[in-house]
Amino acid sequence: MPFMPVKFNSQKRVKLAQGLWLIYWLSVIVGIFIFSLGIFFKIELRKRSEMMDNNESHLVPNLLILVGLLACGINAFGGKVCHDSLDPVKFAKWKPMLKPYLMMCCGFNGLLLLTGLLCFLMQFAVYLTLAEGLKNSIKFYKDTDTPGRCFMKRTLDMTQIEFRCCGNNNFRDWFEVQWISNRYLDMSNDLVKDRVLSNVEQKYLMDSVPFSCCNPGSPRPCIQHHLTNNSAHYDYDHRIEELNIWTRGCREALFSYFSSMMSSIGILVLGTIILESADMAGLKYLTTALETMEDPENPECESEGWLLEKGVKETFGDLLTKMKTLGKGNQVDEGGDAQEAAT
Amino acid sequence: MAVGKLTFTKAEREKLAEVLWLLNWISVLTGAILISLGVFLKVEIQKWQEVMSDQGILYVPNTLITTGLAACCINFLGGKICLDCADTNKFLRWKLVMMPYVICTFFFTSCVLAGALMCYSIRSQLEESIFLGLRNTMRFYKDTDTPGRCYLKKTLDLLQIQFECCGNTGYRDWFHVQWISNRYLDMTSSIVVDRLRSNVEGRYLMDGVPFSCCSTLSPRPCIQQQISNSSAHFNYNQQSQQLNLWRRGCRQALMDHYTGIMQSIGLTVLLIWLFELLVLTGVRYLQTAMENVIRLGDPDSESDGWILENSLAETARSNFNIIKNLGKCYQIDDDPNINVPTASAEQEVPSRGVHIPVTS
Repeated sequence: MPFMPVKFNSQKRVKLAQGLWLIYWLSVIVGIFIFSLGIFFKIELRKRSEMMDNNESHLVPNLLILVGLLACGINAFGGKVCHDSLDPVKFAKWKPMLKPYLMMCCGFNGLLLLTGLLCFLMQFAVYLTLAEGLKNSIKFYKDTDTPGRCFMKRTLDMTQIEFRCCGNNNFRDWFEVQWISNRYLDMSNDLVKDRVLSNVEQKYLMDSVPFSCCNPGSPRPCIQHHLTNNSAHYDYDHRIEELNIWTRGCREALFSYFSSMMSSIGILVLGTIILESADMAGLKYLTTALETMEDPENPECESEGWLLEKGVKETFGDLLTKMKTLGKGNQVDEGGDAQEAAT
Repeated sequence: MAVGKLTFTKAEREKLAEVLWLLNWISVLTGAILISLGVFLKVEIQKWQEVMSDQGILYVPNTLITTGLAACCINFLGGKICLDCADTNKFLRWKLVMMPYVICTFFFTSCVLAGALMCYSIRSQLEESIFLGLRNTMRFYKDTDTPGRCYLKKTLDLLQIQFECCGNTGYRDWFHVQWISNRYLDMTSSIVVDRLRSNVEGRYLMDGVPFSCCSTLSPRPCIQQQISNSSAHFNYNQQSQQLNLWRRGCRQALMDHYTGIMQSIGLTVLLIWLFELLVLTGVRYLQTAMENVIRLGDPDSESDGWILENSLAETARSNFNIIKNLGKCYQIDDDPNINVPTASAEQEVPSRGVHIPVTS
């Protein structure tokens, strides 16, 4: 009792072949799109890798690139098979490869599912990497003369300007680090000496932020220094002032950027699974319809196509027994023979 | 003496019609490219329109957009006409439209050339507009509470950050304007009052710049106040000064940006113009060849095609006469049927009467 049989006449078969060929080429385009999204994501990660301490995981973009390439290849092959399916001579060439091909498609769907799930789950890893990386970036902001960290200041300034954020959690992170290098501090000045000695680690701490934290939309010129001291500035109350500097933290800003990117890519990948399943179903119908033609010489005859030769339960049962026999293939021959005879 | 005379066989005429049909459809595409170039330029100008004083610069992208639309329509029609021109019978349908169509195409091709040349010639007007616009924007930088000027500060800050520039010609322009509003100045402080009194117009001037002038490339935290006073900052050497702020003026930055865009657009439009000229020449040859075929009567015969029937001088003269006579349509003409009283009306035409001898 075939699973979901459908009757096909000649016209329906031709229509199915043509429609399926179009869908396969659409799938190739989707595969190319996933490949380019993978490359885009990889480039974005590389661009911000300094903010993530250079140890961000490239698993997801690499997987996307691989999946995109595989999708192109598999779907192009499927399209070729569909194109040749209406010509019995050409189709005979592809017939023996169809079963392994459909198995490969199933495996590919599994890989797509894994990729889609990773797109959502790896967001946690990105969040943790960002938290750690930004903390170090702020710490090394002043080290523009240390090789390997020369451009940290520039990168962090440009990130804060571009993403409209300040600090790790918020602007107060800047109060806890020394972000002005000792080269530019006059150590003979008493004020400087007092400030340096005022804390255990002898860091020059102050309640100021770099200029990249400034909000251009503020109606007054930017107040960067003495942020918590109301009397240092005319008509200024730091508790109600919201427009002066960016209030959002860079970790949150960067994370929302990456998470929206990863979520949309994940949804696209899950949608591709549906498309691939439709491809597989269509191909199965087409090949079974062509195989069950009563009179192979007469192209006008009717035939039946199905998804599975037996019902779902029976097919699964068969599959399980096959796997069991595969597993027992190395055991004593008598037992193996008896098993095969029983099935 | 025709200009550019060529002979066409029937097969050549049909081939020409087919090729022109294809070229006309490509021209529709180039028309769409013209429209998109115009829209792109318009968007780019409107992005920074607030720092430009002259809004008339928008006539360049508007010209490009209208010319592109005209290109699409005219070439669409041309495609249809050329497809029919291969067959003499179908050509008769379009016979009367062909000449006006060729003239329209000639005018619109000149508009495309004008559009291309405008892209190159607008440079000086643009520079003037940016200079005046930036000067005003810097003056109104502090007026974030005045309606109509609320967002000038934000626009100028974003401009300086994005284009990596400071001031009009350089950062010193900020020393000549008061860019901190009086609302944020403590008028009771003696320092502030002294500074206000120190110049004729009572403005709070200082050697400081807004934060958006700060360079991200500087190895040290940005120095925005007391820029010209090296002793106010520790270890403020020549190199620190060079890297501290953006050195380029925003006028130069914007000019470079727009000149680059307009030069590429101008070049593309020139190429499109050359292509249109080619299509126009082909259509003219096809038109004259088909008309000559009809005049000869035999649809299979060879016929001549040309650009101008007579030489350039004669065509110009005959056109000039036509235009002159158009103006004379209400004046006296030489039609013998109209009774026009002339100056010698009293002079009767002597009749050839029979001379009757008077016999007395």
